[in-house]
Amino acid sequence: MKKKEEETSNRPDNTAFTQQRLPAWQPMLSAGIVIPGFVVIGLAFIGVGVALFVTSQSIQVLERDYTAGDESSDHNCSLCVNEASCLCAVHFTLVQQFEGPVFFYYGLSNYFQNHRKYGVSRDDYQLSGDTSYFTDPQDYCVPYQYDSKNRPIVPCGSVANSIFNDTFKLYQIVGGQRKQVPFDGKGISWWTDYNLKYRNPSLVDGSLAKAFNGTVKPVNWPRAVYELDTSDASNNGFLNQDFLVWMRRAALPDFRKLYRRITEGEYEKGLPVGNYSLEINYNYPVRGFGGRKKVFFSNVTWMGGKNQFLGIAYLVIGSLCIFMSLVMLIVYAKYRFPDEDS
Amino acid sequence: MCLQTVIYLSIYLSIYLSIYLSIYLSIYLSIYLSIYLSIYLSIYLSIYLSIYPYPHTPLCRPAKISKCSYLMRCSAHPCLDRIDSGLSIDNDLLPPSLLPPPLHSPALPSPPLPPPLRREMGFVERRWRDVRVGDFVKVVSNEVIPADILLLHTSDPNGVCLIETANLDGETNLKQRKVVPGFAAAPTSPFKPAAFKSTVVCEKPNNDLNHFSGYIEKPDKKKLGFGIDSLLLRGCTIRNTEESSGIVVYAGHETKSMLNNGGARYKRSRLERQMNIDVLFCVVLLFSMCLIGAIGHALWLETFSSIPPYLVADSDGHFIPSTLAGFYMFFTMIILLQVLIPISLYVSIELVKMGQVYFITQDVDLYDEETDTRVQCRALNITEDLGQVQYVFSDKTGTLTENKMVFRRCTIMGTEYSHSENAIRLAVLGEADASEDEVTLFQQQQQPSLFAGDPGESIKRCHSTQVDVSGSQRSKVTTGSQAQSALAFSSPLETEVVPDRKLLQVVLGAEHQGEESGLDRSLYLDFFVALAICNTVVVSTATAQRQRVKGRRNSCAPRTFLGRLQGVLKKIASPQSLFRIVKDKQEPLSDPFAADEECPDLSDTPTIYSTAVEGGGPKTRARVTTAPRPAQRQGAEPGSASLVDDDVCYESQSPDEAALVHAARAYGFTLLERTPDRVTVRLPGRGVALLTYEVLDILTFDSTRKRMSVLVRHPHTHEIILYTKGADSAVMELLEEPADETVSQREFRKGLSSSTQRHLDMYARDGLRTLCFAKRVVGQKAYEEWSLLRQQAIAAIENRAELLMDTAALLETNLTLIGATGIEDRLQDNVPETIEALRAAGMQVWVLTGDKPETAVNIAYSCKLLDQRDLVFTLSTDNKAVCKSRLEGTLQEVRRYGSDTAFRGYAEGLRGPGAGSLGEDPTIGLVIDGRTLGLALEEEDLRSKFVELCRHCRSVLCCRVTPLQKSTVVKLVREKLRVMTLAIGDGANDVNMIQAADVGIGISGQEGMQAVMASDFAISRFKHLRKLLLVHGHWCYSRLSNMVIYFFYKNLAYVALLFWYQFFCGFSGTTMIDYWLMIFFNLLFTSAPPIMHGVVDQDVSAATLLSTPELYKMGQHSEGYRRSAFWIGMVDAFYQSLVCFFIPYLTYRGSDIDIFAFGNPMNTVSLFTIILHLAIEINAWTVVHWVIMLGSVLAYFAVTLAYSAICVSCNPPSDPYWIMQQQMADPMFYLVCLITVVVALLPKYTVQVVRGTLRPSTLLYAKQLERLLPRPQMEEQIRIDASEAPPTPRFRLSDLSSPSPPDSPLPPPPTTPPPHPTPHPPPATSRIVSP
Repeated sequence: MKKKEEETSNRPDNTAFTQQRLPAWQPMLSAGIVIPGFVVIGLAFIGVGVALFVTSQSIQVLERDYTAGDESSDHNCSLCVNEASCLCAVHFTLVQQFEGPVFFYYGLSNYFQNHRKYGVSRDDYQLSGDTSYFTDPQDYCVPYQYDSKNRPIVPCGSVANSIFNDTFKLYQIVGGQRKQVPFDGKGISWWTDYNLKYRNPSLVDGSLAKAFNGTVKPVNWPRAVYELDTSDASNNGFLNQDFLVWMRRAALPDFRKLYRRITEGEYEKGLPVGNYSLEINYNYPVRGFGGRKKVFFSNVTWMGGKNQFLGIAYLVIGSLCIFMSLVMLIVYAKYRFPDEDS
Repeated sequence: MCLQTVIYLSIYLSIYLSIYLSIYLSIYLSIYLSIYLSIYLSIYLSIYLSIYPYPHTPLCRPAKISKCSYLMRCSAHPCLDRIDSGLSIDNDLLPPSLLPPPLHSPALPSPPLPPPLRREMGFVERRWRDVRVGDFVKVVSNEVIPADILLLHTSDPNGVCLIETANLDGETNLKQRKVVPGFAAAPTSPFKPAAFKSTVVCEKPNNDLNHFSGYIEKPDKKKLGFGIDSLLLRGCTIRNTEESSGIVVYAGHETKSMLNNGGARYKRSRLERQMNIDVLFCVVLLFSMCLIGAIGHALWLETFSSIPPYLVADSDGHFIPSTLAGFYMFFTMIILLQVLIPISLYVSIELVKMGQVYFITQDVDLYDEETDTRVQCRALNITEDLGQVQYVFSDKTGTLTENKMVFRRCTIMGTEYSHSENAIRLAVLGEADASEDEVTLFQQQQQPSLFAGDPGESIKRCHSTQVDVSGSQRSKVTTGSQAQSALAFSSPLETEVVPDRKLLQVVLGAEHQGEESGLDRSLYLDFFVALAICNTVVVSTATAQRQRVKGRRNSCAPRTFLGRLQGVLKKIASPQSLFRIVKDKQEPLSDPFAADEECPDLSDTPTIYSTAVEGGGPKTRARVTTAPRPAQRQGAEPGSASLVDDDVCYESQSPDEAALVHAARAYGFTLLERTPDRVTVRLPGRGVALLTYEVLDILTFDSTRKRMSVLVRHPHTHEIILYTKGADSAVMELLEEPADETVSQREFRKGLSSSTQRHLDMYARDGLRTLCFAKRVVGQKAYEEWSLLRQQAIAAIENRAELLMDTAALLETNLTLIGATGIEDRLQDNVPETIEALRAAGMQVWVLTGDKPETAVNIAYSCKLLDQRDLVFTLSTDNKAVCKSRLEGTLQEVRRYGSDTAFRGYAEGLRGPGAGSLGEDPTIGLVIDGRTLGLALEEEDLRSKFVELCRHCRSVLCCRVTPLQKSTVVKLVREKLRVMTLAIGDGANDVNMIQAADVGIGISGQEGMQAVMASDFAISRFKHLRKLLLVHGHWCYSRLSNMVIYFFYKNLAYVALLFWYQFFCGFSGTTMIDYWLMIFFNLLFTSAPPIMHGVVDQDVSAATLLSTPELYKMGQHSEGYRRSAFWIGMVDAFYQSLVCFFIPYLTYRGSDIDIFAFGNPMNTVSLFTIILHLAIEINAWTVVHWVIMLGSVLAYFAVTLAYSAICVSCNPPSDPYWIMQQQMADPMFYLVCLITVVVALLPKYTVQVVRGTLRPSTLLYAKQLERLLPRPQMEEQIRIDASEAPPTPRFRLSDLSSPSPPDSPLPPPPTTPPPHPTPHPPPATSRIVSP
């Protein structure tokens, strides 16, 4: 046995891999080769940039800040400066047709929904309808886990507790008469959130409310989670659209969230020219942390909302590439490799 | 108030820290580290085990141990017999030093054997683990020795025992161990442990394999000393000795071999040392980022006048003070950003090195067919140091030369015998050896014309010879496995010596005239006797060889025969040597004295010559294939006594000795037997005249005395004769100067020594190794007196070595010079080319040798270490003051000279690759001998002067240096000049040097494995150094340095992304990317490409690297890994992370995007940026590259998509569900990715392009060169370059650089020697500086 081992040669395999002789492509970075590349990239980018810019320009946006505290001709929300619940209105006039479908957003500034501890403060098992977590919410929810009488809070945690609770109604002023513009609140949340991720607990005796027996509403909420939408019984519990939208935390401290879409009736094609009044049920306090509240009307295209940046960026980078190719050309003409002459 | 704060603080600290640390550290880090480490380490280990089959140390081969314990269990094959007589050796009798405390303390007696065995008083079989100090152990032939055993008895009548130490030091020759002198009982009687009533005293366990001393105190208080030659070392194997018994003196972990087994040596490469500093920078960076986070968080909290709804209170509804929150945030940030500390980098580096080692060991160019060895990477973590070597310290013998000693010439009694016939034979043989193909080629082209005078015969012979060559090749192939392991001195090159005709006559005359011849003749006899017996060569007969289990070595006789046949056939094949063949053919196979009458005639008589060829050649050839053994018998027929001859096989630790013994044998003085007491020599003559000398003592060789002696008693005259063999300096000083000699005697003596010295000088000039032989007749009385001293010295425990040396020196005086020999040590293949390439690569090559200056200088010239045009300074002095003044004088001269040329070249060499045209200027060489070196190394002042001087020298040659000096020189250069040093050597005397250098390379040559054991890399030929350094070294360095910088960049680029987000989330430590995806990002998506880059990327192909050694300078000047490169990488990472963060940020700002939908494009963009960043760096795209790069990207999408689809709410705080799918349906995602990647990489790409065009590096030129020359053609050309032609690269870098910009660092065309501006024209020959 031993002898046999010794007779086998120790010679390494002479293959391209072991001898590191695999055929290889060696890109050479020199001006001569990259100039066409730069030109092509530059032209393509300029093309994309123009398309983006034009698309972005076509998007109409109407933005109004209605934060209480500062005087404005547009709105009378300074009435609500004492932060008590009150009604106020924002007035605006459209001088040209606002193309539909119009999306209506509310926006918050300096609001850190992305704060780490805030983001953690929720119980996803509760929200997926697991009733065992109704009686015993997860510790992440502290301090909104149990109320002062040690009853479990559902939905627990800071995120749910701090839900945005201003409500809006839009009226068109037609001949001095207020005509309500219908809002469409369906399908404003993520499809997967509504259909897969968030689940209501199974009904007890055909009643959603009974499923929440033994739990209390979050501290700041006026009503329980199964009573969020008084007008539409199906829009309650964890599947309430506003709740779902709120629970998807914004990435940045200045954000907007979709509130409603205007897709119905005569406003399907958009908001016609005229005067409008947005009635606000002013509840949500922001002055304490220097936040601001806004509303947005916007229409959307394939590239989402209005954003000039990307188009401009493409244009700039495209131009830069063209410029670079010119520089390269000069460099190449001056210091090219000798061998490239031949 | 104060108390409240304190309570507050303490409560919060404890709660927070415990929560934070427990949750975060446990979850995050444990997941992170466990995944990382488990995956990385498992890969690492699996690769490690699969590609590293060589055992670290030969002793702990697991296979061996387990096998043995198995064997011990079965009674059929006893592995160990042992007796615990209980009577004989009382453990308490042993001195405490001998006893391992836990084993022999009274509380813990060695496990008692069952009483019946004790009564039987016989040996019983036991496992190794049961062997204890003080046990008597019997080991039979071919068993591995279980512990360090003091040999007390052997079955051999002479009380010797042969062991093979291959397990210990890799040396395969047998070594002789003998029973403790004076202790030996009658060898035939079985050993009776019960009768052992002595006390053994020996030294404490130590790791010196070559030294051991102690004594046995008999009951009558008589002390018997013993040394290493009575100790059987654990791990060795008993050979050729039926059984040996002894007492265990060290067992288990105290054995010398185990103590030698001290943990794995760990060298850190220079790159890693540099890298560690950069890791510290990363730590500083991490801390500053965390600090920013902490302060930012505290300040952010301060901005609120009331509590906002998104701030979460604690369970009791309170909020902690903002400063405290900031303090906690610091730790949160550390956890968040800790990827910046590249733990994965260390694991990846190990993986990369595994891969690099794999490719190095796979290189077929570094494989040596002859010995069937590949290059071995024994140190796994310093591969990249191979690419940064600046100083090469080489041993001469066995490293530059083959260490195949060939007897060349001798001088006896002042008469020189040139052995010209032998020289011619060697020339032919060497040529044939060098390239068999060449011989064939040569014949085909030239032979017919040579034999034009006799066409018929010539054609016939030509035909036959060609067949012969192929036949011999075939036979070589079939016996390949035998050839590879055959002893070096059994090849025909060394074993055959053609006697000098004149000398032969003189010797025969001496023989014939016998006793009546005068002093003159007997001295001739003495010379050959000394040649034959003054050594430690072990004689083993072919039959004895066969006894050994190791099949590979039983081929001694056939191998010799085949080898001879090959030699003969080759000689026949070579037309130049036709005249000599006959003599050759007859000579070695026959007794020289049987052939001596014909010998002179033969070479002159064409008839005999032709018959010899006709009859001998083909006949022998015919037998090669059929039956080698009978052929040998018949071929050897002419000399009747030669049958005995051929069965003798010599094994020697030193090739010189073997060469001398073979030389003596060629003159008929055949060493037949050697035992500790006797040595038998057969004298030339018709009858079998055997002389059996009684060996009284052997004064072994040591490097201080530089000589060895044997003290023998002549069988007939009963004279006690001391034969001494040693270096001429060591022997010449000791020659007798009797007071009572006559004038003529004195004249004669002086003439003798001066002419011998003259011859010695001549030998040295020819590059031969010289040895002087001298004898001394010792009076009986003087011997007895000396013997007493000797006994004391042997028994001494302390200073035994010195005492032995002193006693030896005591006897070695008043010697009578007999003669001297010159032994040739042939240069290895391609040594000059290799040295030239190494120097072209900017390395300074030093040769440190124990040889004499003349020989060393000669070798230095022949291997192109010194050039004829070089200015060579020689320093040799005994006096310190002289040494100092010479050193200063030389330094001044060198400076004066160097200020014009050499130093400029040096400075240029520093400035950049390809800057210096060092190779073209005549430069300075320094030759310094050991004594002067010793003086120069004594004082700090002199040391720095010496180093300064050496820095100016292109090559330094240190002669007559001791092993210690070798390492001192290496250390000195390494520390003073702060350069990367490489030491290469093959012998035990190089071990110090190899260990002292940054990179130690061992050559697995003739002198055992000690050097290899101590080395980091082991190669088999010196020429392999060229590819190992220039190609693998360069690759490993550039690959690894790129990889390390890339890794730093990669970590920062990703971590900074998280950091920028902190500015938008109130520094709260939020991540916008799911934790798992973050872990996967580092672990799966971006880990393989850098590792792949580090293992297989090639900046330049091997062929180009070999042909343009200048490319190596990149590593020497640490250009691959510089602090600037690190910082550029870091800045680039910052820039790229800014781009990767802010372009998506600006795009999505103010929209209704949620956190993870915001993080997803960033993650994707980072991946593309990081991967494409590497793509820009990759030099050559092979299949492997494509697979791994594309695979990484695909893995990212596959894993992310799968994760987003599966993880509905599995990772609670984060919410990655359906994010990727959502994003990939959005055109904006692609647009964002596209522009971000382009903007992130644009600067790097542009810089790369512009630099490549404006200031192309040497490497880039090399790449250009490769483009111009198609690959296969290039390789072919290199092969030609490397094999025969002097390696002048046909394409020079400068050829490409004609219109180079003014600030280009390219060298001026080096083809034309620059005009010499110095006042000192380069001298034509070397110059000696006088004080």
